[in-house]
Amino acid sequence: MSVTDFDADRPPQPPRRRRRGGTGRRRRSLSEVGMGDGSREGALVEDVEFERSEEFDSYYGRPVVKAPPWRGPIAVYLFLGGVAGGSALLGFGAQLTGRPALRRNARLTALATVGLGTVALVEDLGRPERFLNMMRTVKVTSPMSLGTWIVSGFATFSGVLGALEVDRLAGQRLPLGPARGLLRISEGPASVGQLVLAPLLASYTGALLGNTTVPTWEASRAHLSYLFVSSASLASGGAAMLTTPVSETRPARLLAAAGVVGDLVSMRAMKESMHPLESEPLETGRPGRMLTWAERLAIAGGLGAMLGGRHRVVAAASGVALLASSALTRFGVLEAGLESVKDPRRVIEPQKARLAARRAAGITDDSITTAG
Amino acid sequence: MTFLAGPEGPAAESGWGHEHARKGFFTDTSICIGCKACEVACKEWNSNPIDGSLEILGSSYDNTGALGANTWRHVAFIEQGQERIDEARESGRKLVSLGMPGIGPKTSGPRGALPAGDLSTADRTAPDTPEFRWLMSSDVCKHCTNAGCLDVCPTGAIFRSEFGSVVVQEDVCNGCGTCVGACPFGVIERRDDGTVSPRADRSEGIPHEGTANKCTLCYDRLVDGEQPACSATCPTQSILFGDHEDLAVDAQERVRDLHGRGMTEARLYGANPRDGVGGTGSMFLLLDEPEVYGLPPDPQVPTKSLPATYAQAGIAAAGMLAVTALAFLGGRR
Repeated sequence: MSVTDFDADRPPQPPRRRRRGGTGRRRRSLSEVGMGDGSREGALVEDVEFERSEEFDSYYGRPVVKAPPWRGPIAVYLFLGGVAGGSALLGFGAQLTGRPALRRNARLTALATVGLGTVALVEDLGRPERFLNMMRTVKVTSPMSLGTWIVSGFATFSGVLGALEVDRLAGQRLPLGPARGLLRISEGPASVGQLVLAPLLASYTGALLGNTTVPTWEASRAHLSYLFVSSASLASGGAAMLTTPVSETRPARLLAAAGVVGDLVSMRAMKESMHPLESEPLETGRPGRMLTWAERLAIAGGLGAMLGGRHRVVAAASGVALLASSALTRFGVLEAGLESVKDPRRVIEPQKARLAARRAAGITDDSITTAG
Repeated sequence: MTFLAGPEGPAAESGWGHEHARKGFFTDTSICIGCKACEVACKEWNSNPIDGSLEILGSSYDNTGALGANTWRHVAFIEQGQERIDEARESGRKLVSLGMPGIGPKTSGPRGALPAGDLSTADRTAPDTPEFRWLMSSDVCKHCTNAGCLDVCPTGAIFRSEFGSVVVQEDVCNGCGTCVGACPFGVIERRDDGTVSPRADRSEGIPHEGTANKCTLCYDRLVDGEQPACSATCPTQSILFGDHEDLAVDAQERVRDLHGRGMTEARLYGANPRDGVGGTGSMFLLLDEPEVYGLPPDPQVPTKSLPATYAQAGIAAAGMLAVTALAFLGGRR
């Protein structure tokens, strides 16, 4: 119904948008609402339907806690840090037991992996140019702080040992000058320092992920370090089997096999100790598939190491399988945690359960919700 | 062994001594009208960038969504029917029967938003929406006594202020993100591309990009003797700022008052120093279970179990060392 003459100039209008069925949670931009020219006011919010499930409440299904902004580079770091730690142990053992090729390769592997891992770690910072701010302080309440010092110390010792090995490889033709003597003197202390820090480098990452409120990681905090040292053992054993002639890799194969057993056992124990909602991300979706393949590759690599480890090709193939298994484990655990925060049930349900358990046990004074 | 703050209070333990009173918020959601003045005042004062791209979220009148790097005050809107109101009333009553402090004498509180007398039968519904209520609650950083974010910060960028609040120094933070995962309430967040979509025509850029951000309890205003922007602007005094001790007393009195008048759904959140985070600096009076507002029902600071976690990491490391030694002994031939 036209009121003024100008209305005849109005352009043809699009038909009124049909309201789609389904949830009322779909995001709509302002341009979608109404006609856009102010001629007609559209409904801003679709009719609200009460969707109330009996088991739990949440605020529009939105997350309760946030996952740290840790993505691929952190998983790569977890993997490489593990390989570095295990390789350093193999290098020290090889030095003591007279296995020169294993010693050299393990030390070079440790240096390369800790170097790349540190790059990945710095790359994932929001302000990479400020990474040295980590060295302002030592904080025992921060696994990240202690871990930074472990990594820095380990990387320094690995640098000394790696430089020595490269120099030996190059027939002492590196232009080191007087530094060569210094390096030789520091070989003993550096390898002892590396030995002390190596297992901590492999295990502290379990405390790093565990010391969060991300449901899947929080629930795994008592087991994660065991899983990670096992994964580090099998990966570093695999790396040695890949790089070193079979005549010297028997300890590496044994370490890898022990790592496989530890990996399978600790993963089982970890899942069993968790609330079903907390362990679900480890078993379903992309992280679930990655962890399934990690397990298969670990078993295959472990069997290959024990049965065909004296055969160079089989040993190398097993080594690759073990390395892949470890990488998949780290990616799987990281992504399962990131996935677990998306569903508020995974936070709310286990928390309500533990609160109810404490109340049932007679502890009623430690709830955050009080009547006054 | 523990890394947690003792009875002295967080500021005293951080080396500030005893001359500073702990400051905090008491957010009484029963008199919140959902005007979001606190959100606006907070954004204005702290120059926080826009969140998202002006989208409608379809969650009642809440188009902010959640607390985050750029949203330090967030007003939640929840719509409920009569059945749910009855449940909330029942769950609140249960808290009393758990051995919590009893219901005191009926007093008329200073914030006389509701008429005195028994309100259980009072008609509190909006004119044309029978058996219906809106819950509105302004959420904020809790400024925990045992703050997970502060404990795990590896650079020392997060510190405990003399007011007992937890503040990030943006020029020190290197954006490692550890604090984000350590917060039991999902408050602190890293400000980066993943969370910020600045409008294309904005030229000034994003302040403090790539660092962790959260409510500072308006530290810059407190040192000048002012109160935080949100509480200063709150038109109903739903957000109260003051000495933590006084606010806790006020809060308890308010709950007793409401219970005495039949509103047994009222309960306090964060006022218990024995809870999983040692009590919070920001306390809330809620009218339903905390998870309805998006708050965790049993938050526990990770630091509480950190000694045990470290012990596991140490045993695991020793085990790895031992197994490697055995591998070399077994491999000797």
